[in-house]
Amino acid sequence: MTAPQTYVQTPQAKAAYDARWQRIMDCVNLKQPDRMPVAMLATFWLARYGGISYRQLMYDYEKTKEISERAILEFQPDAPSPTVLAVATGPSLEAIGFKQLQWPGHGVRDDQPYQYLDREYMKAEEYDEFLFDPTGFYLRKYLPRVAEAFEGLEELHYLPGLHYFRLVAGIRSFGKPRVRQAFEKIFKAAEEVDRMVAHHADFTQRMAAHGFPMSYITTTVSPYDMLADYFRGATGMMKDLYRNKDKLLQLLDKAAVFLVQQTLWSAKSAGHPIVFIPIHWAPDAFMSGKQFETFWWPSFRKLLMGLIEGGIIPMPLWEADCTKRLEVIRDIPPGKCIYWFERTDMVRAFEVLGDVVALRGNISPSLLTTGTPEQVDAAVRHLAENVFHKGGKLILDGAFGIPDETPVENVRAMFTAARKYAS
Amino acid sequence: MSDMTDQEKQLVEWLADMNEDDAFALAKRMLLEQGANPMRVLDLCRAAMDIVGKRFEKGEYFLPELVLAGEMLENIGAIAKPLIKQAPGGEPKKLAKVLIGTVHGDLHDIGKNIVTFMLDINGFDVKDIGVDVPVKTFLDEINAFQPDVVGLSGFLTLAFDSMKETIEAIQGAGMRDKVKIMIGGGQIDEIVRSYTGADAFGTNAVQAVTLCKGWSGVAA
Repeated sequence: MTAPQTYVQTPQAKAAYDARWQRIMDCVNLKQPDRMPVAMLATFWLARYGGISYRQLMYDYEKTKEISERAILEFQPDAPSPTVLAVATGPSLEAIGFKQLQWPGHGVRDDQPYQYLDREYMKAEEYDEFLFDPTGFYLRKYLPRVAEAFEGLEELHYLPGLHYFRLVAGIRSFGKPRVRQAFEKIFKAAEEVDRMVAHHADFTQRMAAHGFPMSYITTTVSPYDMLADYFRGATGMMKDLYRNKDKLLQLLDKAAVFLVQQTLWSAKSAGHPIVFIPIHWAPDAFMSGKQFETFWWPSFRKLLMGLIEGGIIPMPLWEADCTKRLEVIRDIPPGKCIYWFERTDMVRAFEVLGDVVALRGNISPSLLTTGTPEQVDAAVRHLAENVFHKGGKLILDGAFGIPDETPVENVRAMFTAARKYAS
Repeated sequence: MSDMTDQEKQLVEWLADMNEDDAFALAKRMLLEQGANPMRVLDLCRAAMDIVGKRFEKGEYFLPELVLAGEMLENIGAIAKPLIKQAPGGEPKKLAKVLIGTVHGDLHDIGKNIVTFMLDINGFDVKDIGVDVPVKTFLDEINAFQPDVVGLSGFLTLAFDSMKETIEAIQGAGMRDKVKIMIGGGQIDEIVRSYTGADAFGTNAVQAVTLCKGWSGVAA
């Protein structure tokens, strides 16, 4: 990208922007909006919509922005998503040498989405080290394991204890060839990520000039999911519920603290109050109610409360079916969060949570990808009649956004039906 | 299974209750110090897994227990299996054959691995052919392995089309009538089953076992 472009928001576009944002905020504040807002999280579906490969979508910033803009102008969502950050990550991932994902050209074909590699990135024996010195564990162990750019930092001197003449001597480790090499790669990667963020800013400013606020910019993760997905791996974590219970609980409690700090810092830089939190390990089928209330919920609630106190509007996406969790996750202050549900029955969610949170979702992925426009219309009508018109502060969307394979006519049907049944 | 001694009952109970340390120590003592028949010990493990499966069906146990049960069984099996040749009996007769894999385009394997484990401990002859399995590989493996049931796994929405293509290819190769096909994964529901042409779908490992038992005429 050359010099940043300046976009002018006309008074009409400003009025449209404000009206859209107000609709979302009315939902958050548990007030009735003028109509049911529709949000749009589209990732690799944009490749299908724009007729390009998934690889191009991840690598060609300009093309990706252009296609996303076209989709937003066609469907007029109240809150679209930050497309560049969500999908145009190819050059950055490459520069960082990211090892936890496979993406087009790096392990999967050009027409496949990126996929996460579930592995054990932290051993069960490493809980103490992580607990004692999280930053040291990240620098010298975790980061070199998950990203090539950080390889070499394991040779850094142990930092706590470096003072006075130990500091003078200890600084030598920064000059080691592999450490130097790591810093050079990190600088280059940071420059690439800067380019991506400049494109992201360009895109969001362009959308604001058209009258569209983003539905979120920053993302974060629940403490349990962070540890399960990015450190211990799915099966390692499940075994830890029995084998390393006490240390696991200590680490979850500690992670909640640093995740609050890290998220507040990111959200402040992004200048957007809504933080998206995709949730993987809360579903009914994954653990018992007792395990959920012992291991999953307390640290997540601590994260939610820390974010709320920091002026953030958390937007967890409760993946799969979380019906049995509804009574537990109700325990937060009213009017502060958006709960996005995937397979949980939205009518039931409204009955339990309608006076506490705004809701988002949840047209089924199987219906969107394999159903007819008429079936999509009926599904939207069901939610409009049984949730929105009964007082539910529902922001309509796909169950986890627009599935990649969704025929365009089904997306049109979703937006058309939302306006038809809930204006 | 036949009458159990108090010690055998204790092993089954500890395994079923996820008391890993005590169960492993006892199994090890039985096998290495008391000369217990390794086949008998493995049968006790299976009896414990039956209880685990039932507790899963009743909603008392969830994925962590299935995973830990798998780990306990593997650890005891690692001691018991090398001893089997010295004992009378040999390998028990397996139930139906199940071929299982994650369809092409999808690299997810956690669900598939748990299903494979549960089918295996329930006595099925399971062949797991991995992730991102091309249609042709499924056809070749069906020809070679001659399964009674084919399980197609997938977590991503792209798996819907991959499953449909795989099932159409099985049909096209004239093998559809010889196998039952089940599909499973996080996004799978009746809409997807109907779209792909599978015989049945499941959302957890115990449902997969129930389906296979139903198709092979074994009481679930």
